[in-house]
Amino acid sequence: MSCQCHRESDLSLLEGVLKKHAKEKGSLITILQKAQDIYGYLPCDVIYHIAAETGNTPAKVMGVATFYTQFRLTPVGKYMIMLCQGTACHVNGAKRIEAAITEELGISDGETTKDGLFTLKCVACLGCCSLSPVMMINEDTYGSLTPEKAVRILRDIREKEESSQ
Amino acid sequence: MKISVGQGSCGIAAGASKVYSSLEKSIDTNSHILTITGCIGMCWLEPIVDLYEGEELFARLVKVTPEDTEAISKTADSGDVSFVKHLLITEEDEVFLSKQTRIAMRNCGIINPDCIEDYTTRQGYDALRKVLTTMTPEDVIETIKVSGLAGRGGAGFPTWFKWNAARSSQGEDKYLICNADEGDPGAFMDRAVIESDPHNLIEGMLIGAFAIGAKEAIVYVRAEYPLAIKRLEKAIEDATKAGFLGENIMGSNFTCKMRIKAGAGAFVCGEETALIESLEGSRGMPRLKPPFPAQCGYFSAPSNINNVETFANVPWILLNGGEAFAEMGTTDSKGTKVFALTGKIKKGGLVEIPMGMTLREVIYDIGGGIKEDKPFKAVQMGGPSGGCIPESLLDTIIDYKALGATGAIMGSGGMVVMDDSTCMVSMAKFFLDFTAKESCGKCVPCRIGTKRMLEILTRITEGEGKEGDVELLTELCDAIKDGALCGLGQTAPNPVLTTIRYFRDEYDAHIREGKCPAGECAALLTYEIDKDKCRGCTLCAKKCPAGAIEGSLKNPHVIHSDKCIKCNQCYTVCKFGAVKFS
Repeated sequence: MSCQCHRESDLSLLEGVLKKHAKEKGSLITILQKAQDIYGYLPCDVIYHIAAETGNTPAKVMGVATFYTQFRLTPVGKYMIMLCQGTACHVNGAKRIEAAITEELGISDGETTKDGLFTLKCVACLGCCSLSPVMMINEDTYGSLTPEKAVRILRDIREKEESSQ
Repeated sequence: MKISVGQGSCGIAAGASKVYSSLEKSIDTNSHILTITGCIGMCWLEPIVDLYEGEELFARLVKVTPEDTEAISKTADSGDVSFVKHLLITEEDEVFLSKQTRIAMRNCGIINPDCIEDYTTRQGYDALRKVLTTMTPEDVIETIKVSGLAGRGGAGFPTWFKWNAARSSQGEDKYLICNADEGDPGAFMDRAVIESDPHNLIEGMLIGAFAIGAKEAIVYVRAEYPLAIKRLEKAIEDATKAGFLGENIMGSNFTCKMRIKAGAGAFVCGEETALIESLEGSRGMPRLKPPFPAQCGYFSAPSNINNVETFANVPWILLNGGEAFAEMGTTDSKGTKVFALTGKIKKGGLVEIPMGMTLREVIYDIGGGIKEDKPFKAVQMGGPSGGCIPESLLDTIIDYKALGATGAIMGSGGMVVMDDSTCMVSMAKFFLDFTAKESCGKCVPCRIGTKRMLEILTRITEGEGKEGDVELLTELCDAIKDGALCGLGQTAPNPVLTTIRYFRDEYDAHIREGKCPAGECAALLTYEIDKDKCRGCTLCAKKCPAGAIEGSLKNPHVIHSDKCIKCNQCYTVCKFGAVKFS
């Protein structure tokens, strides 16, 4: 059975990963992680392809992909905002930061801005509790946030993007 | 001099890499050494720069900015500390460290985590050498038994017992697994240990692998910890090159390889059987026990799983003897425990203290008390599996049994302090929201029970609580505790039970009077503008998304409570402190 979503991802990009890991016991999560690194998310046809190559049913692969919060089934923005909702951030006002980001970008948890620049994702705990409230944008961590500071960071990124175009 | 910049995740977030790049330009590297270190645990003072003369700490500089690097360079050249006087750590802040006893974290913030020589010059891999040349696996297990080391992941199960069970199990291939899936919101001890002293973890794991007879060791790390993964990868590579990992380690007949497996984000994978499922590439859903992992674990082979901090204690114990470790602590709980002290605390960071110290000593003597000297309300320990401990029990000692008696647990080490602005019903809701989302769905009591509890708590915080809701919650808690399959479900009611036990009046105020005493539950608040303070700047009226604020320029404004959606925007934007809520 093949994918019904009519996506046509370039499956050749996965060849190296599958060659290395497809026959390895228990490697499904690793393969999905590497696939997501390549495509930015897990397109449906890629999931079917991985299933066929690893000898799993598509249901099993889909089951794993939907179980873990790391995996995404839709494309994300260039900048992934991971807003921490851990206990320390909660106590120090993470909800107010979320409201400020939502107001600034017009997106809520899990959504992407129309220009494809930002995706907002509320996550459990980033482990930088002493700097709470905290967010990570791609690989960079920003701590001791206030609503104003968070908005300024986003505007800086947007300005940088606009000036580089 | 040696100039060392603290570069844990927290330090980097506070700007340590910028300080480092700036120092690279100003420091004369022909006469000085510029290096990095991990996390010393004084997170509120980051970025931290240490100056060493030989092995002696010459000066510790805190809250350093890139602008300070010229001054640091002058001090390094001249040995005159007056250039950096304004950056020197105060005596009051030094107390944070001097009151601690560091074993698991003994090298954190001191050595360069990327440099294996830094570790070996501080007795690194000496414990492994001692084990491989003079001890049998049984000797190692006996030493751990004498030390009284218990699982630092939260449950506190005796480590020697697990090792012994895995050793006695039949099977050619055995696995040693390290649980570094630190998913507990509010805890970051394991991340700090891996980022700051990865070889200590590797050495502890190798000793464990030798004891149980494993040839393969796996570290299961959270994917949210990219720096920890990077440093551990380098450490594994360096240790292999140096002959501490791989075939015939240090010329003995002990062979062990090690690999990292990045988790993919699921709190339940902290449960050991769920972790094994995840390692096998499946959905992380717990298995029914028995059989225990010691008999039937990773791909049905005997497996032993311990937490990062547990392993981090092992090399020290083997070097100094089980008795030395057991001398610290209480009758039931031996050694030290690392806590991540956070929340409304003045000095937040990593604290390693001997068991038996009181919560008050940790929060006030080490942590410096509550931010802005507000009243202490509660301390949350053990995350979603733990509970909130009130002020009346602040003299409880840190000990597995004593903490268990309060309804909370020792947990993996999260210690979140709250002041009077935190609503305890909302806190319980916060944790239930977490467990309900993280429930894997395998068993009904957890999957449906946590959802029903969350609904009731949501109702209460929105002012729609009913008489009898607290009793209904208690009944549900008991059913979930008894019926859930794994630790996640069985302990999920703890945050609710402890808040009901110690803060019942807050639940009653929400339900009966429609009030939130802490002023946190938005639905129960009313917003008002203080006529005397309002300057009529119109900002709040412009920002109000509901059009609930009326007023003209330079005249006091009014909030119409029937239109107000309690979004807190007006309170946030008012520059004159004129918006109040009650």
